[in-house]
Order: sequence, then structure tokens, then C-alpha cells
Amino acid sequence: MPHDGNDHDEGSALPDIELRVRTLESLLVEKGYVDPEALDVLIETYEDNVGPRNGAKVVARAWVDPDYRALLFENAGEALAQFGFGGRQGEHMMALENTPETHNMVVCTLCSCYPWPVLGLPPVWYKSPPYRAKAVIDPRGVLQDFGVTLPENTGIKVWDSTSEMRFLVIPMRPDGTEGWDEARLAALVTRDSMIGTGLPLKPNEVSP
Amino acid sequence: MSPQKSKALPDIPGVPHEGDEPVFAAPWQAQAFALAVSLNEAGHFTWAEWTERFAPILKEAQIAPGASAADMNETYYQAWLKALERLVVEKGILTAPALTGRKDAWDRAARATPHGEPIVLGRENQPN
Repeated sequence: MPHDGNDHDEGSALPDIELRVRTLESLLVEKGYVDPEALDVLIETYEDNVGPRNGAKVVARAWVDPDYRALLFENAGEALAQFGFGGRQGEHMMALENTPETHNMVVCTLCSCYPWPVLGLPPVWYKSPPYRAKAVIDPRGVLQDFGVTLPENTGIKVWDSTSEMRFLVIPMRPDGTEGWDEARLAALVTRDSMIGTGLPLKPNEVSP
Repeated sequence: MSPQKSKALPDIPGVPHEGDEPVFAAPWQAQAFALAVSLNEAGHFTWAEWTERFAPILKEAQIAPGASAADMNETYYQAWLKALERLVVEKGILTAPALTGRKDAWDRAARATPHGEPIVLGRENQPN
């Protein structure tokens, strides 16, 4: 339902710098100077080093601080700015609240429509056409592909990122974490749980 | 450099990093970084050649003292990309007109692509 398509008709101008990178990459791959798979592997190794830890800090604070949580859902930009995280192109951020009734999942094939200030580099699968297509048609199936099974009565909402609006999923706090501080909680927050293709780790899944 | 071992961090002064791993402020930076590392690993240029091109460009870019980490990354990888563009032309890997023409094609493809669909080349030539 929040999957709107109205503002999608104008095409997507890319910043000059992204055009230049695409230019080099496509020519070098075509001419066989660079192996696209090797490139993906290389980039994948950096995925964790860009920023999912930023988002995890935000989620952990939302779990312990009700005022912060309220601000996050009311004005995500301001809440993220408290950590110094923000879009450099002025795009809006919206936080999506997972509840027992609703699980949120985010999709978009353009890497420029990924909230990288909080989540870092988009994983390779996020940019793949099959993920996007299936996420829209069969979100429950996608979750299963990721090894996640939700209760039957939990609904799934799919949100399409736009160049103006990026989403950050705030997963539910795992049971058994009463009294944990923010740093300890942040370690439970995975990148996928903030895209909505995964759940946070359980206390017994991290080393104490 | 041994071809079988991929170095996480090339021996280049100033690569923004945390521990042994480079950090990036945006996806394009990682892509530009990975392209240079890939070309080097495939033997198309040495890191000495790379540094020779890159260092003066970086110096010229002048990262201001006190700049934020994100601004530093931006400046650093802009210089990186410029060096890469020059080096592939100097090495005869690509030509300057090919780069210009392809960039223009990507621009037209992006503008012809409705939001939410992957931007692919060729799109700009299709009626819709």
C-alpha cells in the first residue's frame, strides 16, 4: 500500500561523479580489463565498513529511550542528526516501526536510493532486479529466502525508496535483553534487520 | 605485488581507514576504489605508477584541516577518480573520447529511466 509510483515518472538524473564511476566500470568490464564478479567480491568486503553500525546505534537508542524513539518516528532527520548522521543531498529519512502486527521491508534497485549514511553500502542482492521484483510480489517468500519466518498474523508492508525518501526499519527489541545498555544492544542490530529482510540477533547469538 | 593476495589496503598514503580496512562515505567511493585495486591486481598498472598520478592530484585538492570525515572522503575519492581516469587513458586502456561518449550515454540512460528501475545502458535509445 505505501508502495506508491506516482513520483516515479521523471527519470533519475545521476550526479556527475556517479556517471563517471559507471562510465569507467562499464567500459572496463566490457573490454575485459575488470572481472565484474571480482569487483562485487571486493565491494562486498567493504559493505560492513561503511556504516551499518551507524544505524545500529540509532536502533539501540530507540530501544532504551522513549523520548528518542518518539522523535525518531516523528522526525527521523532530526533524530539522526543527533548522532551526526545525515544525507548529503538533503533527502528525507523516515523510520518504520516494526510491531507484532506489522513487519516493514524496504526495496529499491538504485544504489542512490539506499540510506547509506546509516546503513553503509547497499549489499549486492539489494540492487538485483530479482530481489526487487520478488519483494513487491512475494515479500513473505523473500523473507523465507533470508531464513526468516514471521508469525502468520504479522502483516508485511513493502516500502519503495525514492530519491526523496529513504527508510530505516526499526526492528523490535529482542526478548531477554532487559537492562542491557545501548552499546550491548547495538551489537544485536544487523544490517538486514534495518532493511527488513532480517531480524535482530537474539541474546544467545552474540558472544557475551 | 603477488597476484593471488588481495590487499585490503594498498600502500598509499592517506586512504581513509579504520584499522586495516578502508572506509567510504558513499557507494561510488568504494566502486572507484575497487576499480583501481582490480586493475592493479590484474597487472594493468603498478601501485608506484598509481601513486605517481594520484599524489599530485590529491595534493592539489587540498583537504582542509578540520574538515569532517565525510568531506575528507569526498575530496579524497574525487582525486582518486580523476587519477584513475587519467591513468587508464595514459596506459592506453581506454580513450578520452570513449569516456566522454559513455558518460553521455549513462546520463541519457539515467534520465530516461523511471525511478525504481535499474538504470541500464541502451534505455536512452528505446521509445519507452
